[in-house]
Amino acid sequence: MAKAKLTFADIGVSVTVPAGTRIIEVSEKVGAGIVYGCRESDCGTCLTVVVDGMDNLSEPSNFELATLAEKKAGPNMRLACQTLVLGDVTVKPGA
Amino acid sequence: MSTRNEVLEPITVTDRVHWIGAFDPKMRTFDVILKTPNGTTYNAYLVRGSEGVAVIDTVKAETADQFFTRLEAVARYDEIRVIVLNHLEPDHSGALPELMRRAPQAALYISEAAQLMLKALLNNSDIAYTPVTTNDRVNLGDRTLRFLNTPYLHWPDTQCTYLEEEGVLFSGDVFGCHYCDEQVFNDCVGDFRFSFEYYYAHIMRPFKQYVLNALALIEPLEIRLIAPTHGPILRDHPRYYVERYREMSTPHLHLEIDHGIKTMIIFYISSYGNTMHMAEAIRDGAAEIGGFRISLYDLEGGEVEPFVDLVEEADAILVGSPTINGDAVKPVWDLLSSFAKINVKGKVAGAFGSYGWSGEAVRMIEDRLRGLKMRVPAGGLRVKLIPSPGELENCRDYGRDVGSFLIGKPRAREIDMSQLPAG
Repeated sequence: MAKAKLTFADIGVSVTVPAGTRIIEVSEKVGAGIVYGCRESDCGTCLTVVVDGMDNLSEPSNFELATLAEKKAGPNMRLACQTLVLGDVTVKPGA
Repeated sequence: MSTRNEVLEPITVTDRVHWIGAFDPKMRTFDVILKTPNGTTYNAYLVRGSEGVAVIDTVKAETADQFFTRLEAVARYDEIRVIVLNHLEPDHSGALPELMRRAPQAALYISEAAQLMLKALLNNSDIAYTPVTTNDRVNLGDRTLRFLNTPYLHWPDTQCTYLEEEGVLFSGDVFGCHYCDEQVFNDCVGDFRFSFEYYYAHIMRPFKQYVLNALALIEPLEIRLIAPTHGPILRDHPRYYVERYREMSTPHLHLEIDHGIKTMIIFYISSYGNTMHMAEAIRDGAAEIGGFRISLYDLEGGEVEPFVDLVEEADAILVGSPTINGDAVKPVWDLLSSFAKINVKGKVAGAFGSYGWSGEAVRMIEDRLRGLKMRVPAGGLRVKLIPSPGELENCRDYGRDVGSFLIGKPRAREIDMSQLPAG
């Protein structure tokens, strides 16, 4: 299975994950500062800045796009509860 | 003598403001978590301007008859131009649909965050409303309502409304309490201080920072009277209640020590001393990092409430428990279940413990800590029975790891996902 390196810039932790892993599956287990609310793309609490590797993420769904728009998220931001890691990526909390 | 509850009269608050709420003296348990020995009131108010009438909040649906009877004694439905809901919880929005049916010309004003809630509460997506925020105003001719956006007191939607010319603050649940006394005004009712403090402790306490944000908007106002949605109307020394909220919401520890110094608390409980020895080793490791204060507490030696007070002002909380019958022990769960009363989101946390054969407790505690949105930086530490010298060194290293994280210098790590806890 393809692997990817997911790095949390706020705590200096890199985790080697199977491609297709959601950020949420990893971030809480290493104590990263990304905070979650609904976990289903509704509340926008887990807004995350993609520091590097934006092209190595899954495409956002219409639900995620709507929440990102509502939160006035920048072009380098995603929701950690929705986003799949497909290649090397560095992220940090967006809030 | 007839009581106000029987005659259903409105109560004059000022020349232009009437109380048109409802008494509910039989209610004993509110929202599952709150007790009250004499019931509560659902306070709604009617404001009369030279160019129309405003209704501020409504009541619980079951008490709507009281509300409408009192309203009809001071205004006609066709005079109502404005309806304000400061908070959409059903005990304040219960009579809204019927009020809007009787006064269809009235415009409804709610906070921006209330919009989706309104539709979900009323199951009506066609309802018309105007979202408002801080310093938006509604004019009633010679009287003006000004809105203050005060979210999370205690729902995302909450707001306050200030009647400028009268100096009346319609505060929603802020400054309220579950206390039912038909004399209504704080200088006439019985001693309700216990209820005021209890209400704050159970409803507002988890949202202290939001309380402070709201007070920044409220304190500059000229306040003659505070009209909350529950309990006495505060016309005597209203400023006292504002000051009390500030006092209760201000972190006290940081007033007494250097603001930059963080605090770590290690709680443990131990059957044979093994989990205790782990706790001591973790403390020793964390102390090597330095720059923060560490306290070690045996859960067997204290009550939950003072520990919760300590947790509220601490920056890191580690919890040690043995595993007994596949679970963490009851004093640990008693402590962790009490964290819902305070805000622990973002605090650093971790779990550890000795076990005999299966050792589930540590993972279960970690799951609870994560569920509370605490940050658990290192995988919980488990030791089978008596910790060896090498395992005690692991404990010290765990302490160093969490300590480094606490002071904002986490150890850089490269790990494989398979090393992380499952689930």
